[in-house]
Amino acid sequence: MSMRELAIAGAIALAGLPALAEDTPATDAPRAFAAAVVPLPDTGEPTPPSPVIAGGGEVGATPGLERDFGIGRPATEDEIAAIDIDVMPDGTGLMEGSGTYAAGEALFAERCAACHGEALEGVKATGGPRLIGGRDTLATEKPVKTVESYWPYASTLIDYVHRAMPMDAPGSLTADEVYAVSAFILGQAGILGKDVTLDAESFGKIVMPNAEGFVSDPRPGAY
Amino acid sequence: MSEENFPSDRYGPAERRMAEALVDLERRTLRAGEDAEACECREGMFPSLSRRGLLAGGVALGAAFAGNAVRADAPPGSVDYPVQPDPTREQGRMILDDGGYGSRSQFENEVRWRYPTDSLDSSWSMTPLASGQGIITPSGLHFERHHGGIPTIDPERHSLIVHGMVDRPLSLTVADLKRMPSVSRLHFIECSGNGLTEWVKPTLRTVQGTHGLTSTSEWTGVALSTVLREAGVQDGAAWILAEGSDAAVMTRSCPIDKAMDDAILAYAQNGEALRPEQGYPLRLLLPGFEGNTHIKWLRRLDVSDKPFMTREETSKYTDLMPDGKARIFTLDMDAKSVITFPSGAMKLPKPGFYEVSGLAWSGRGKVAKVEVSVDGGKTWTEAPLQEPVISKCHTRFRLPWVWDGTEAVLQSRCTDETGYLQPALKDLVAVRGTNSVYHLNAIQSWHVAPTGEVTNVHA
Repeated sequence: MSMRELAIAGAIALAGLPALAEDTPATDAPRAFAAAVVPLPDTGEPTPPSPVIAGGGEVGATPGLERDFGIGRPATEDEIAAIDIDVMPDGTGLMEGSGTYAAGEALFAERCAACHGEALEGVKATGGPRLIGGRDTLATEKPVKTVESYWPYASTLIDYVHRAMPMDAPGSLTADEVYAVSAFILGQAGILGKDVTLDAESFGKIVMPNAEGFVSDPRPGAY
Repeated sequence: MSEENFPSDRYGPAERRMAEALVDLERRTLRAGEDAEACECREGMFPSLSRRGLLAGGVALGAAFAGNAVRADAPPGSVDYPVQPDPTREQGRMILDDGGYGSRSQFENEVRWRYPTDSLDSSWSMTPLASGQGIITPSGLHFERHHGGIPTIDPERHSLIVHGMVDRPLSLTVADLKRMPSVSRLHFIECSGNGLTEWVKPTLRTVQGTHGLTSTSEWTGVALSTVLREAGVQDGAAWILAEGSDAAVMTRSCPIDKAMDDAILAYAQNGEALRPEQGYPLRLLLPGFEGNTHIKWLRRLDVSDKPFMTREETSKYTDLMPDGKARIFTLDMDAKSVITFPSGAMKLPKPGFYEVSGLAWSGRGKVAKVEVSVDGGKTWTEAPLQEPVISKCHTRFRLPWVWDGTEAVLQSRCTDETGYLQPALKDLVAVRGTNSVYHLNAIQSWHVAPTGEVTNVHA
């Protein structure tokens, strides 16, 4: 057996079941991992990857060397809308919907309290931080940084609950549920009236206690 | 095939092929000056090629990689091979016995260390700087910080969408990005929480604990400016939101000037694809900016005229000052250095020659100078810098030292090319107090006792 054949034997042994490499998924089922490298005929060298050009509209008419490469494709409005979830301080990006303190109270007990505590006091073992209290502590030796005492924008609360909460099922809350649980937290914090329905309109009237608590970076030039 | 040497009732077809191949290899190696006929193949001519050895090799080579050769108590990333009493007296193990990817020696055991947060869901791991050499961090030892675990993403199902204030919203696959003009640069990434335990008193005992949230890799990808030019950034654009596709759907805002300057959409690290925990298949790299902004598992860039004020850049990664105000968008990592040898929890066996060695870096450019003190900062000696010295990259310094066996306090301080000098902790605390959490870049002190024991001290 030659070295070449040895390499092939090794490649076959490495691939385990050579048939795996030839399998092409009949369905759109997710891949578990990359297929084993396929040995080239004759030499047995692993096949190197070739460039992949996905189907679809090309961007740019005449490909250039420094720009207009004609690579990628236009993003559709639907594609963008599906993941454009950010909410900004001026309310840009707020979802359609609304929620009340009462609805949020029930939801919080069910979905949030395990990590953040029945009284929103935080649960150390879970890493779920305290959400309310702490006003007037920021300049003390033991500052308590919470949504109430520290967060400068209510949009951040809505955005974050929407994108990443609850821990065990991130991104699972409906827009109404996000508004409700936000209304409950802001209500508990004494920032939003417990009778106010939180939606895009009432959002605009929220003033966070620490909204003026941030300054720009003075470095370099100061420590 | 030689049925008599490798009978089919004892050897499978693959084993026999490999055995035959090895025998053939030896025959041809020995052919010069020897009668090939005299070299009759027989089992046992390779001491290591016993049936057991073959089987073990076959298992290691085979499809399963079922861990037969990997013992739980062997160091992570290594394979527990039999140690040869005299490696000159028998053949070593077969090529590709490692499956074709390789592993480190079973006699090396440094690993990342998880900071003991209460919850496993939110944690970080730190690079073992004490045993590091040169300036590159092995990919498997690069520090980690995740906010929603490590996602497993098939690159064929992943794309990057660029939208907002652009003329041509784009959808780019990783394969698309790999076809575009590329850049490779060596850069450190440092979490701005590096050292957060050390503001008030020395807390962690090793340099891994005090400084292990910084690592350097060669990053390869597409300049973000290239992609933004393709999309056509509109007038008035000032910030870009970068968003990951992990469970935290991590988001940070990046100034457009930075994006157009040296930002990279990185798909490779140290010559191969990114490690999953480093953002596979795509991460943002903002050289010199705090690590949290280097969004991993990048799925979206939203161009805007305003910052987005995400959770990470408001409630976290803002620096609370003694007056109760907090600094926001403290993105640059100031110049910093640390001696990695000798360092905390080591013990110098006896007086004599030791080479002091460490790392220096700055988010604002190149390291210009590193000075070392062995007397707690009373006197300083310039330490030679090891080439290459690269902007926004770990730089290795070294200084020969003869320890006379008396008490010593080792310190390093670096100056970057902007002229900024790494501060003493008391000078930093005088301005920032002790509640700002992030951006501790003060001089580190290691106390060497007459016993040779090295400890973390504030000096």
